Amino acid sequence: MINERNLPILATLLVFILLYGFGMYEYKGFRDTLVFSNLLTDNAFLIITAIGMTFVILSGGIDLSVGSMIAFIGVLMAYLITNTGIHPLFAIGIALIVGVAFGAIMGVIIAFFEIQAFIVTLAGMFLFRGLAYLINLDAVPIDHPFITGLYDIYVPLPGRGGLTFIAMAMLVLLALGILIARRTRFGMSVYALGGDSHSAALLGVPVKKTIIKIYALSGFYSAMSGVIFAIYTGSAYPLAAVGVELDAIAAVVIGGTLLTGGVGYVFGTFLGGMIQGIIQTLITFDGSLNSWWTKLAVGGLLLFFILLQKGIVYWVKKRSAT
Amino acid sequence: MKKNNFLHKHQKTLAPLLSLVLIILITASVTPGFLSIRMVDGHLFGSLLDILHRATPTALVALGMAVVIGTRGIDLSVGAVIAISGAVTAVLTVNTDWPVGLVILCALGTGMLCGLWNGILVSGFNIQPIVATLILMVAGRGIAQMITEGQIVTFHSDVLDAIGNGYFLAFPIRVWIAIGMIVLTVLVMRKTALGLFIEAVGANVRASRLVGIEARLLVLSAYVFSGLCAAMSGIILAADIRGADANNAGLWLELDAILAVVLAGASLAGGRIYLLLTIVGVLIIQTLTTAILTSGLPVQYNLVVKATIILAVLLVQSPKTRQWISDFFTKKKRAANSRTGKGSIKP
Repeated sequence: MINERNLPILATLLVFILLYGFGMYEYKGFRDTLVFSNLLTDNAFLIITAIGMTFVILSGGIDLSVGSMIAFIGVLMAYLITNTGIHPLFAIGIALIVGVAFGAIMGVIIAFFEIQAFIVTLAGMFLFRGLAYLINLDAVPIDHPFITGLYDIYVPLPGRGGLTFIAMAMLVLLALGILIARRTRFGMSVYALGGDSHSAALLGVPVKKTIIKIYALSGFYSAMSGVIFAIYTGSAYPLAAVGVELDAIAAVVIGGTLLTGGVGYVFGTFLGGMIQGIIQTLITFDGSLNSWWTKLAVGGLLLFFILLQKGIVYWVKKRSAT
Repeated sequence: MKKNNFLHKHQKTLAPLLSLVLIILITASVTPGFLSIRMVDGHLFGSLLDILHRATPTALVALGMAVVIGTRGIDLSVGAVIAISGAVTAVLTVNTDWPVGLVILCALGTGMLCGLWNGILVSGFNIQPIVATLILMVAGRGIAQMITEGQIVTFHSDVLDAIGNGYFLAFPIRVWIAIGMIVLTVLVMRKTALGLFIEAVGANVRASRLVGIEARLLVLSAYVFSGLCAAMSGIILAADIRGADANNAGLWLELDAILAVVLAGASLAGGRIYLLLTIVGVLIIQTLTTAILTSGLPVQYNLVVKATIILAVLLVQSPKTRQWISDFFTKKKRAANSRTGKGSIKP
């Protein structure tokens, strides 16, 4: 018997397999492992951001600041490496701490001032983008042997494909996210909070502390995504990753996480991000379709998954009533 | 004592107004000639006029957004609707010889259709507003690009030029349009029961249904209205640049509109909206932007200053802060009483 809670993620898996199967059936090149490993690399920063977003949405909140955070962290990193001359590893460390700190500050405002997450992270979105402009207005290359060295790491797979450092970092962060969600007390608190924050508080979940940790975690993941994005493009640009917050939210929803909170899986988000990547790849392979079809397809999928979730919730309620 | 009562009673109204006056005064002290208004060829010119001129599209969108937020909703799709209606305006002007009035009607109709779609998802399928409108926000720019076939479509039309940049009685025509729309909305919302109904739906859907309010239809019409406002804004923005840019028209305008509504003191939890204060909120945001531009501060400070001031206003306005302040002064938890027990009545 399939648990109805798992239906959305199964549907996501099915869509993923169908899309990938369609690609393999239609295009010869799709059957190569190269396509799959490229999907992992090209969508790494989106998926990493979306993993952080999953925790926020599971708790019933939202984080609109992630795209700006990616740009800000990238520009900050570039500044630290090229202008102060410190080692990139050190710069990455500082960038991550800054990201976590800013996330935590937003969490504090949300938890203690009881202002809605939507508005606080919206202000955060403006703020981080603005801070990125303050550091640098142009695109700057990050030309350091350590960074290019990371970019060049490559583990060949059978076929023509291979895992890049970026893909591997994403997979590690994915595993970490799954562990945090399923195996820690914090993860349980996030699910409890999203299910019913009032009951969670009565059950002894430290609501305020958990909220702060959630936004700090989202800050960590989007900062990490900023680092990955900088390695991926080899440069930093204050206008980078505009609109990524929407793609990340879409990845989470397509991944089967309920936007009301409480139900969902980090692995589903991974699939959601990959599905967006596959749509893009299919459109590129087709060649005759324009890029706007991506937006329409993602919008259509969003609608499909939301209606599917609605249907399941309705069905479960009806069944438990009888 | 009496004066204190007045302040206490109207502190929500006064806060945005005072913020606006303060921002204008501070800017005026930094930028010489900020307050001056000149008459050239029967047109008024000056920074303040410029603020009005530039604030018009956001003001229209914010008006619709306020009504939607009043029903405990949110409309993220307005930016995309602006792009779509702008695209419709441009493509119809270029490809057909229809009269301008018909073109504008088509663009407005498209916006209302978009609103209808959102409304059906929210009130028909009971999907959370933020998610329901996210779909059109993501897909909408794709639709707009489809209409313009990925190009920036430029057009020429005397009537549309006038809407974008023309003057009437010394004021820009688009400002007149916005004023007309605002007056109409305020009249309908405050002089008829409609406003009361919408706020009732926002405060408590179940209770409003029990007293016989057609909640679904109201929510639906709120989104249609928001779509209409966004379409008006889209036509003005397209007329302004004499072209439709599916990628950038109205980009992030929804966020400014939501901020304006919240700055006006409305809660995103619904139930209470302030239409005129929302316009004040729009003016605050636009004045800030213009002030930073005219003060000679580098453009890149724009977003940081804007975000910082908005955060400060939000923190000061938050019920928690007010409660802490009043607790600090009175040591009595008067404010706490008004917060508890709200919305916990179950039939």
